[in-house]
Amino acid sequence: MTEFTPFASLAGGVLIGLAASLLLLGLGKVAGISGITANFLLGQPSERGWRGAFLLGLVLAGFVLALMPGDAGGQSPRSLALVGAAGLLVGVGTRVGAGCTSGHGVCGMSRLSPRSLVATLTFMLSGVITVTLLRWLGGGA
Amino acid sequence: MSPRARQWATALVSGLLFGAGLVIGGMTDPRKVIGFLDVGGRWDPSLAFVMLGAVAVHFLAYRWVRGDATPFFADEFTLPTLRRIDAKLVGGSALFGVGWGLGGYCPGPGIVSLGAGSRDAFVFVSAMLVGMLLVARYESWRASSTGARAEAPSRGPAAAR
Repeated sequence: MTEFTPFASLAGGVLIGLAASLLLLGLGKVAGISGITANFLLGQPSERGWRGAFLLGLVLAGFVLALMPGDAGGQSPRSLALVGAAGLLVGVGTRVGAGCTSGHGVCGMSRLSPRSLVATLTFMLSGVITVTLLRWLGGGA
Repeated sequence: MSPRARQWATALVSGLLFGAGLVIGGMTDPRKVIGFLDVGGRWDPSLAFVMLGAVAVHFLAYRWVRGDATPFFADEFTLPTLRRIDAKLVGGSALFGVGWGLGGYCPGPGIVSLGAGSRDAFVFVSAMLVGMLLVARYESWRASSTGARAEAPSRGPAAAR
């Protein structure tokens, strides 16, 4: 269904690694997006500045993406209701588990954190099971 | 530039680069994410390369942190302190994985796609914020009800966070 794009994906990954490194070496912060988002809203007001700036950067990147020719990404094959349910699960799960693909996957694993390794393996497995089940239930991938 | 402005500028650039990386890597395409998780079906391993590229680079940054270093524009590193591998970690991660496989979005790509004007992403991010809020509410409710029942009388109701 989707093409294997090893080079573009590697390049994207390198950019992500550089971005996370910039945040770490510049501000001493972890580029865990679920944490940055939640704490921007619910955390200390004094820390809102850098978090807001980071999130703005993400949004602007999307804005630029939309200006470029071609598919502006963001078309989930699932129904809007499922996407909403997905959002709820991600919101709850990332807070309870204290991280997501960026926090645990990229940053945690780069730190060789056992917690993050377990978390990453868990959400990968859980994601695989979910997609597989949905395919079996006739949804198609 | 004031120190605060330097921090904000750095964070902004970091977010921009991060978002660009997500887009170029393909993470903002839910179909590609689902394809990556569809190991038994039409498997697209691309996202493994995103993770590989990211960790290969970022790992080096953490090596640098090992010594006596301080961040360029801040006084100290704010690294996670939790160590235990517990039910919350595993349960929360499992739930996140279900949501991820269900929608094909995780927080970062959701926010980037929101910036691109995606309606799906708007729904996803809104619901995600609700989910986060619910957890925060639950946690402060737990903290306050535990505080009220605390044995040490000096401990009073849980202070506002």
